Formats: sequence, structure tokens, C-alpha cells
Amino acid sequence: MATISKKRQLGRQVSIVGGGLSQFGAFPEKDTRDLFVEAFQDMVQNMDRGFDIEDIECAYVGNYSSDLFEHQGHTAPIVADWLGITPIPITRIENACASSGSALREGVMAIASGMYDVVLVGGMEKMTNLPTDGVTDVLASAADGLYEVPAGLTFPGIFGAIAKAHMDKYETNLDHLLKVAIKNHSNGALNSKAQFQQTVTEMMERRISRAQERGQEVPDYKTDMDFLNDPRANPWIAWPLRLYDCAPITDGASCVLLVSKEIAHNFADTPIDIAGIGQATGKPLHDSDELTSLSAAKAASQQAYDMAGITVADIDLAEVHDCFTIAEIVATEDLGFFAPGEGPRAVDEGRTARDGDHPINTSGGLKAKGHPVGASGVGQVIEIYKQLRGEAGERQVKKADPTVGVTHNVGGTGGTCVVNVLRRES
Amino acid sequence: MASEFNSSAFYSKLKEEKKLVGVKCLDCGHLSPEPRPMCAECHGFNMEWHPFSGRAKLSTFTCISIVPVKMAAKGYGRDNPYCTGIVALEEGPRISAMINGVDGTNPQSIKTGMEMVLDADDLDEEAPALAFKPA
Repeated sequence: MATISKKRQLGRQVSIVGGGLSQFGAFPEKDTRDLFVEAFQDMVQNMDRGFDIEDIECAYVGNYSSDLFEHQGHTAPIVADWLGITPIPITRIENACASSGSALREGVMAIASGMYDVVLVGGMEKMTNLPTDGVTDVLASAADGLYEVPAGLTFPGIFGAIAKAHMDKYETNLDHLLKVAIKNHSNGALNSKAQFQQTVTEMMERRISRAQERGQEVPDYKTDMDFLNDPRANPWIAWPLRLYDCAPITDGASCVLLVSKEIAHNFADTPIDIAGIGQATGKPLHDSDELTSLSAAKAASQQAYDMAGITVADIDLAEVHDCFTIAEIVATEDLGFFAPGEGPRAVDEGRTARDGDHPINTSGGLKAKGHPVGASGVGQVIEIYKQLRGEAGERQVKKADPTVGVTHNVGGTGGTCVVNVLRRES
Repeated sequence: MASEFNSSAFYSKLKEEKKLVGVKCLDCGHLSPEPRPMCAECHGFNMEWHPFSGRAKLSTFTCISIVPVKMAAKGYGRDNPYCTGIVALEEGPRISAMINGVDGTNPQSIKTGMEMVLDADDLDEEAPALAFKPA
């Protein structure tokens, strides 16, 4: 009898040959389908060699909850209709905020299986139809509805509890968290697709000038930290997390074109290979081994690194799931960039900045770029795609010739984590 | 074969017995505060009811100012945040719970490691929630 090999290798190699993002923000006039078409158009306009839409054989789209946000289920065929690609098969993947990370994984495996050569994967979320308390409820439904939600835990609440545990166990403090926000906003300020294209200093200056215009008391901020420590400017959401610790509510979509590596040069001058994929599952926080780490992130990253045959030392940059500032710090520890408890100091020392040795979230991250939850996983992949191709413009990482990038996409509070290793062929 | 160790029993037992009643795996002894028909540790299907003492320590917490719709209806919000978190039961397992009897506007006054006890005195009939308070 044959045995189970558990070798977890792709049947053949898969490359990314194009990627597109819609504008991220709040767009009352746009439906989910409109956002996805916008992302697709951005991809088509940025293909090196162009392609025929008829080449697409199959599609996977990540979407967390059009059902609850827009009262629209079964969104995938609607998207296919709006792209005019019926009757190809299209499947919606739901894994909370990791929905498009998982959609990408399905697309990779569909090509690696030999079934298809050209697969479109993406994600979309239209969140701003609902008021904030409604969005809070929808996001909370990604937690355990029997044991976490009735206890009053919200999505920011669970990450607030992680932050408190991290502060208890290590020397993490509130300033460390805010420094993540400052860094990510400084990156988002350079991203024309981002929801917030301003540094925290610029937002502080805007608040001062607005107060002056309105004849209100003018706040006496000396530094951006003064601004972030003002509860009127930065109110508590779920202590120890404040407004600037949280990713915003966002409308947006993302897509990439995956092809088998043998034909990648038909589409792109510089394809980016998917060298490793990993996905793992975790328990609710209360049942996790540690309150300061996501076990699924550790497991998924190990799978992806093993498949790619790399170690942490090979990684030039990463986009990580900073739905909250503490989530970025925990991610950089779970991915092995820093030892447990060393993440906060790495932020202090600028090691995660664009010119640091471990640049994190050059796109602005979910914090500044925006977090249309179902679109975020593929959105991260697009930033790495651009960086590895040297196309990130003003926000291009400072290190020369980056060749390996990682994405880390978390669903819920760690129930799902998807990690990808992307590599530019040398 | 239907199991009686299903999810709905957790809140009905909390209401009726004023106790946190979970399950114990008869095969490996693993305790779960959440009733479940199958042991997640050894994958066995032989469970029995297990009442927990209700004594615990506060593992971590948060004070929530931006509240869900249901909590807003109870008067919580920006000016009246509530405390919720995770407690470690004295038998070992952890569980998420509302933390009553503390000042949500003053998180610095709330200490992890605090001794807690089950608070089943004032359960909401419609939507009962597991809650602990300082011992």
C-alpha cells in the first residue's frame, strides 16, 4: 500500500505576471463588483506584455462578508459577469481577513495540479455601507460566536488582550504600538492607492490648522507623539489600543494573474515566482498555547519557508497583517525576524522601516493603505510583486536588489494564517 | 449516535445551575470548559459533564470603548467602557469572559493575575454571558 508522503511540494511552479489594486478608501458610489473591475483594470494596464482576457481559465476570489456588509451572497459569479469571463469557474473563498490569501493558495494549487495554466485570483470587500458599530459586529462574527462574542470580545478587543499580555510578558509599552502606526503612515503617504496618504505629522498639522480656522482651542502638540497621546485626537477603542492602533474600515479590491512558470515570460518581462505557500489554523485566543503569539502564523511560515528552501536570513522584506499595531509586532516575532519580545525594540530601532534590515509594510500596511478585509491578502502580494520588480517608486526599499519577499495574512484573530514566499528569478 | 454534550448546554447549565459546567474526556482526562462531543486532544468520543469550581485568575483583559450593538443597548460606550478578557480556571483551561466588578474607565487599576470567581448572579435571560468578578 502506498504511504502518505506529506512532502507538500507543488506539482509545478507558479508565477505572478500581473497585479492590480482599486483605490482603497470609502466609496459610497461603488459596489463590490465595481471595485473588483477597477482592480482588474489596474492590473491589465500594468501588464508588461499584455494578455488576452480569454486566456483566463479559472478564478478564485476572497470575500469575507458581502452577505452581512451588502446583503449579497454568492458574489463570485457576479464578479465574473462584470469582467465578462463567464462561463469559466469562479469560486468565492471565505477565511475572514485571510480570504484572499486563501484564494491565492487555491489558485496556486489549481495551476500546480496541472489543471490550468492561467488563473485569476483576487479579493474584495465593501465595508463602509454600515455604521461603525455594525462593522464591529460583522468583524466580531469572525471570532467564536458562542464563547468569545457573548463575553463581549470584539475584534479590536481580542488584539487589545494580546497587547496587554505582550506588555505583561515583555517590555512592550504604548509608545511601541504608536511607533508602528507612525512608520506605516509614513509608508502609506507614498502610496497613491492608500486610504491614508498622510504621515501622522501631517495629520497632526491638519488638526491644528482646522482648530485655527474654526477659532477653537489650538492644541499644543510639540511632536507627533503628543498628538497621538491626546485622547481627543486618538481615543481609546479597546484599551490598550487606540484609534491609531487600528486599521480603518475600507472599500477596496485586489487581483493578481497567476500562470504556470513555463509560460510566465509570455506575459511578463520580470515574473515573480511563488516559491513557497503555507497555511495553518489556530484555536481561539483563550485556548491558544500563548497569548502573545499566533500559532497558525508560526506554522504557516515554517511551511512556506520549507517549501521555498529559505531561512529568515534570505528574506528582504515582508508585508504583514497589521490589522492592529500589536499584530504587526507579534507577526514580526512569529515570522522569526525577531525573537519573542524583541519586536518592540526592533520598531524603536527603526529596523522595520524602509531603510531598516527588515522592512515591514512598505505599502503602508493595512493601517495606512486600508483594510478591505477580503482584499488584503492579495493586496499584500501586489506590494511584494512591485518591490521585487523595483517598481515601488518613492517607497522602494533601500536595500539593493531585493529578491525574496514574504506576505503574512491573518484571518480573524489567528484562526487562519496564510504565508507566501515570493521570489524574483535570478 | 446523538451526543448530549452540545454547545447549547453551556448556557442552559450556566443559567440553571449557576455553574460553569464543561466536559471531561473519559479517554484521556482532558478538560474543556466548552461542552463538545469529541475530544480535541485525543479525538475520543467518550465525554462526561464536568463542573468547574468557578475559581480562576485573570490572564489578560481589555477595556472596550467602541462597543458592539448589543453592548451599546446595555449602556456601554465611549464614556462607559466595559472590561472583558481571558481567565485561567484553577483546573487549567482558559476561557473568554466578561470581567465584572472592575472599573473599565481605569484599566491601570485592573491587574492580571487577580483572583477571580464566577459571577452567575445576574445573567441576561435572552443572552446569558459567562462572567467573572474579583474574588
